Amino acid sequence: MATQHSRSAARLMMAPAVVLLLGWMLIPLSMTLFFSFKKYLPLRGDSLENGLEWVGFENYARFVGSSSFWPSVFTTLLIVGGVLVITVALGILLAILLDQPMWGQGVVRILVIAPFFVMPTVSALVWKNLFMDSTNGFFAHTWRAFGMQPIEWLSQASMPSIIMIVSWQWLPFATLILLTAIQSLDSEQLEASEMDGAPILSRFFYIVLPHLSRAITIVILIQTIFLLSIFAEIFVTTGGAFGTRTLTYLIFQRVLESQNIGLGSAGGVYAIILANIVAIFLMRIVGKNLDA
Amino acid sequence: MARAVTNQRKAINTAVAWGIGLLIFFPILWIFILSFKTESDAIKTPIEILSATWTLENYGVVQERSDYGKHFYNSVIIAVGSTLLGLIIAVPAAWSMAFVPSKRTKDILLWMLSTKMLPAVGVLYPIYLLFIQLGLLDSRAGLVIVLMLINLPIIVWMLYTYFREIPGEILEAARMDGATLKSEILYVLTPMAIPGMASTVLLNVILAWNEAFWTLNLTAAKAAPLTAFIASYSSPEGLFYAKLSAASTMAIAPILIMGWFSQKQLVRGLTFGAVK
Repeated sequence: MATQHSRSAARLMMAPAVVLLLGWMLIPLSMTLFFSFKKYLPLRGDSLENGLEWVGFENYARFVGSSSFWPSVFTTLLIVGGVLVITVALGILLAILLDQPMWGQGVVRILVIAPFFVMPTVSALVWKNLFMDSTNGFFAHTWRAFGMQPIEWLSQASMPSIIMIVSWQWLPFATLILLTAIQSLDSEQLEASEMDGAPILSRFFYIVLPHLSRAITIVILIQTIFLLSIFAEIFVTTGGAFGTRTLTYLIFQRVLESQNIGLGSAGGVYAIILANIVAIFLMRIVGKNLDA
Repeated sequence: MARAVTNQRKAINTAVAWGIGLLIFFPILWIFILSFKTESDAIKTPIEILSATWTLENYGVVQERSDYGKHFYNSVIIAVGSTLLGLIIAVPAAWSMAFVPSKRTKDILLWMLSTKMLPAVGVLYPIYLLFIQLGLLDSRAGLVIVLMLINLPIIVWMLYTYFREIPGEILEAARMDGATLKSEILYVLTPMAIPGMASTVLLNVILAWNEAFWTLNLTAAKAAPLTAFIASYSSPEGLFYAKLSAASTMAIAPILIMGWFSQKQLVRGLTFGAVK
């Protein structure tokens, strides 16, 4: 039984982490909220010292009303959705494959998860130049070898290119987690169904997939949180051009490039709300796991 | 009973898995190969590239032209510094939540996790402004603090899930024998917690090393780590494939090796203990 003494000691030990995270959350968040109701264009002479003009919900309305808002939402959803579909589908197949008996399993697993450790700026730049460049890139040489016209990947097929780069980065994550989950599957159950003559597809749909459902949900939710805020991959490849401007990138441009702090802050509040909707689902699942 | 597997089936599995594994790994392998070629060879067709002569000169040029050493040093300070600082703050918190749980422990844990969901871009300007006011812009100390804060929830969570696996009876036995809180932590808990703490450190160094939002937006010349060093290669002057490859190899190699050692912890750390 914990004593009164150890309880207060425990509270004291928790305090630094709680206070720091509380500050990290509340201070910038309240500043963003504050700016989102103000007209704040530092380049046009607005400054905190002279006081900022209160504009109510004007920034919120203008952010949504701008012609780039809905395309950016659409782009964001397309990237998140596309990457999720690719990584989860391929991740399941790869996890099943890696779970099979084979020679050199450990080495293959190392090869497959390697892209996850490549920093986003390296991954984006290398794909952009070494592979997708239309003159000297690997793909261009390959296309020409087959007598085809090389593709201008990042301008003609900008979205598929970005989705491919990001999928390459996140496939290892999905695979690794699904593989961990699949290894906890009771192999006797599979063997029994195999002996009873269940075909491979029904074994997959009735035994493997239901067993993986929780892991898949977790992969989807965690990836969504990270994918909603991808930045470097767009920053160094297209810079938001060719229809690849995500919500995150649009806000970044409003805040740091055009220095419209009020407008960008209103956009930030939208992004926070969006992320929180996803987060609520994730927390429910993780919370349930805590009780177990 | 283990399933009998024919060697033929095993051979097919092996071939398919190795094929796919090499395909996924290929971009990294290609970076590595190009980094040892001359610039004029690096833009040729793949077959010509493979047969061209090998050279080490790119590595020297990259160090000379963009000072790899300095950026590497910044990356190490920022990644290791933020992780250790986070550890100092997280260990007591995770310890108390694991061994002296209260009704609110679960809520606090979930709340900590929720701070991780805060999209960075939503607070970009406030942090930028605070950094200017506090003189932290383009400083290693500033990045250590920010990366510590964004990874703190993960550190607390990982430590919490590890600590919870330490049997409470041992601690109670130590307490019965009259161990003080201090000696309990020092002599009983620490030896058992060290493997979990090592995994936590490993994963968080990796995450901090690769972080590319704050490191790109809050640094300029002085404190820029390798993420920003690489981004400076996005506007090339003339031939640069081989140099980009050499720079990339040097930026990812240390963390790739660390990452391979931390595979298992990766799952636990990134799913907040939901998948083990």
